[in-house]
Amino acid sequence: MLNLAVPAPLGSLIARLPATPPSRAFSVVANRLLWPALQTLDWQPLVGRRYAIRVKDLGLSLRFTVTARGFAPDSGAPDLTISATARDFLLLLARREDPDTLFFSRRLVSEGDTELGLIVKNLLDALEPEAIVRRLPAPLAHAARRLMAT
Amino acid sequence: MPLDLICPAGNLVSLKAAIDNGADAVYMGFRDNTNARAFPGLNFDEAQAMEGLRYAHDRGRRVLLALNTYPQSDSWSRWTGAIDRAASLGMDAVILADAGLMRYAVKHHPQLRLHLSVQGSATSYEAVNFYREHFGIQRAVLPRVLSLPQVDNVVQHTDVEIELFGFGGLCVMVEGRCLLSSYCTGESPNSAGVCSPPKAVRWTDTPSGLESRLNGVLLDRYGKDEKAGYPTLCKGRFEVSGETYYALEEPTSLNTLDLLPEMLKMGIAAIKIEGRQRSPAYVAQVTKVWRAAIDAVKKNADGFKPTAPWQAELNKLSEGQSHTLGAYHRPWK
Repeated sequence: MLNLAVPAPLGSLIARLPATPPSRAFSVVANRLLWPALQTLDWQPLVGRRYAIRVKDLGLSLRFTVTARGFAPDSGAPDLTISATARDFLLLLARREDPDTLFFSRRLVSEGDTELGLIVKNLLDALEPEAIVRRLPAPLAHAARRLMAT
Repeated sequence: MPLDLICPAGNLVSLKAAIDNGADAVYMGFRDNTNARAFPGLNFDEAQAMEGLRYAHDRGRRVLLALNTYPQSDSWSRWTGAIDRAASLGMDAVILADAGLMRYAVKHHPQLRLHLSVQGSATSYEAVNFYREHFGIQRAVLPRVLSLPQVDNVVQHTDVEIELFGFGGLCVMVEGRCLLSSYCTGESPNSAGVCSPPKAVRWTDTPSGLESRLNGVLLDRYGKDEKAGYPTLCKGRFEVSGETYYALEEPTSLNTLDLLPEMLKMGIAAIKIEGRQRSPAYVAQVTKVWRAAIDAVKKNADGFKPTAPWQAELNKLSEGQSHTLGAYHRPWK
């Protein structure tokens, strides 16, 4: 069984997050750590739309939009809401599970603009994992490789 | 070799996952409605197709191009252009449904290998042989409506290679002729390349359950612990004469692992795995199981029995509550 304990480097990072609302923290951290690795993707169809990621078991709702320069917090009504548990989000990010599989078993729910959701899914599916991971900061890259290793 | 494993590739990552896990060939589509999985962000542009071909050919595997929708008269050149590109890229075969496109391919690219798509809906050896005589097709993918004895009858009376679906989502199987999606959205897979276009689909979590709607039409409402299915009309639950049930078909997946020994003996050329719309994780998992199963049946057909872990892995990936042998197995016959 996959060990999904939060790796120590990631854990200490989360512990150091500012005590601002989670959506703001998410955008700051995502822009710092992920955006350099992701900015070359074709974000055009996603720019200006509002997203909500609901981590059900943590009671966390991350709301943001995408701009030409990265993620920005946004509290308006989301165009797309994706809900799952923290564990299932990690399994998806690590490519250990297929979103449709989680969707059939009701572990993943996508509400709002279905076409937008599909564009996001296909954008992420088309990423070569290693091409992204090697552009991440070292501790995060290490954690990601651990998560993906089968 | 009999029982080639043909796996779906919605993008380059899936293509590599299929090859790395033992697919003999993959099938892909271009980024438009010339194929029946025309979803936004899915499929291959020319550069990606070229890279996919290189990856497969370097490892001795093949790439088939699905060109399996029906061209409309105002955009005929999009489909013939796709055939030209398939030929110049060096695709190992094109999978066609439309007789006009076959004629074009034979005329302009006589070296291009042609497969008859399941969307061509050829269910008899007479139909298969017609395509052989007129267009020289090398392989036919049979619609999922025949029982195994009926498949055997086709195999006995043609020298066209026969490919069967082995695993994946099932539809109502009026392949190439289904217009149900058009009834709600004006678009059907045969012309628009997609059934239930995503722009017409809405999911809403309500107090009485998870609702799926297609252009406002309620397709289903799933109770708290019910497995969900794709939002297609054929798999909706409707009220008919005071009773609410799957009036057309229940969402289930095809899984023919049990039938592999018979398929091998029959001389089936290839087994197709459905799911170009699925993610690389699905492609990797399903390819790995089917590679192991096909290797096992070739080694010892009489002693072959699908293992419990294989079945558990495939069940996990399936749409709907259960899997089925589909029309292949009709015990009452």
